[in-house]
Amino acid sequence: MEKPYPVPDAETAPFWDAVAAGRLDLQRCRSCRRHVFYPRSLCPHCGGLDLEWVTVSGRGTVYSFTVVHRAPAEFQAEAPYVVALVELEEGVRILTRLVDVEPAAVRVAMPVEVTLRGEPRLPYFRPRP
Amino acid sequence: MRVAIAGVAESDLGEVPGKTVLQMQGEAALAALADAGLQLRDVDGIATAGGEGIYAPGMLMAEYLGVQPRYTDSTNIGGASFVAHAGHATEAIRSGQCNVVLITYASRQRSQRTRALGSIGAASGPLQFERVWGLPAPVGAYALAANRHMHEYGTRPEHLAEVAVATRKWAGLNPRAFLRDPITIADVLASRWIAEPLHLLDCCLVTDGGGAVVIVSEERARDLAQPPIWILGHGEAHTHLGIASMPDLTTTPAALSGRRAFETAGLRPEEIDVVEVYDSFTITVLLTLEALGFCGPGESGAFVSGQRTAPGGEFPMNTNGGGLSYCHPGMYGIFTMIEAARQLRGECGPRQVEGARLALANGTGGVLSSAATLVLGRD
Repeated sequence: MEKPYPVPDAETAPFWDAVAAGRLDLQRCRSCRRHVFYPRSLCPHCGGLDLEWVTVSGRGTVYSFTVVHRAPAEFQAEAPYVVALVELEEGVRILTRLVDVEPAAVRVAMPVEVTLRGEPRLPYFRPRP
Repeated sequence: MRVAIAGVAESDLGEVPGKTVLQMQGEAALAALADAGLQLRDVDGIATAGGEGIYAPGMLMAEYLGVQPRYTDSTNIGGASFVAHAGHATEAIRSGQCNVVLITYASRQRSQRTRALGSIGAASGPLQFERVWGLPAPVGAYALAANRHMHEYGTRPEHLAEVAVATRKWAGLNPRAFLRDPITIADVLASRWIAEPLHLLDCCLVTDGGGAVVIVSEERARDLAQPPIWILGHGEAHTHLGIASMPDLTTTPAALSGRRAFETAGLRPEEIDVVEVYDSFTITVLLTLEALGFCGPGESGAFVSGQRTAPGGEFPMNTNGGGLSYCHPGMYGIFTMIEAARQLRGECGPRQVEGARLALANGTGGVLSSAATLVLGRD
């Protein structure tokens, strides 16, 4: 069974293009200066319409995580694996998979960094020192 | 003007292989109307949430029943929808738009095996950022909330298990419950992992089932078959769709819907005699109890410990056996209203909460995305 893969559209293509090029880019509102994720055409913080794409650090911490045992059918062969909500230094939360770490070693608040990998290339996260 | 729940009914529950979802809703609708002492021709308002890709569910349901309503509500905010419908119907009746609103729901998720773990949301649009990771929907999102609650407050798997065990005890008193054999905290903790920290027995059932609720004006309520169950307060809220956009993983929108419901009722949480809250997962219950103000933030683990929510406990909750043990066809909210009304009528037999005068029903939808709350009372 085929796994879901991102379907870029007019709003999300710049994000996926950046990932393919080896960067993690987010939108930032030129009015309120806050970062925005997921990509969209207006700022959900202030209603501003002037958003710019900026390359971000890729550093964050684990806001929460779960070790998935009973996975959707197309992911079951990979279980158990760790899906996490990572809070980036820029203040946005992104859902991701944690790699290069034993599931039992994952903790909330653990420092992590982005690692772009896979086909199609996706923004995974791994522990950082 | 006051507005009341006048009739309630379930459809066939559990495994219903030989019926359609329209048929199940039709049967529940007729039974709820009969319960109220009303007929289809009295219905002038329709509310249903649809789901499963149904186009214009309100028109479909009304046409099937032979009703031509002047009020229609097809709001879909997930499992909280039907409780929200009751709030909307209250205001519609109050403003004179209609007099008798019929709320219906049915699903055959068990027979049709349609509750695939990955089926919520496509990989296009905003949810493309969530679906690609294999987070099982919706349980994975609730597991994220549970782990965050454990991190912030020291909540333990044993606290979650208390809810599953107490709810199963109530199911043992309900002949219509799907699972009735007692379980222990050790059983819950020994059941297999689904998404840590949630075990199998922290998760709701997948059953077929449906129900209907009839909401009427005070004038209509006076001469009907059942004592009116007054809708004293209602509230609703939603804060996000995808779990990455939830503002705070330990605060559900029931904090907003509950506050509005209590404010409009002029009542406080400690005045409620019986509580029916959506229990898609055990963590849903802990977060909801805090959000509704039955205990403080982080206190829900201690609050449910020692089987306080079980039969005979100080805080009777989910007295039908809940989505965990009685019935969960995917959007459980309608059953919270059905059971709350029955408790206030005093017709629950061995599971009756003695002297119950005030009840709360709370629906939760999506991934802790939406909530709708009713405060109910009898004369």
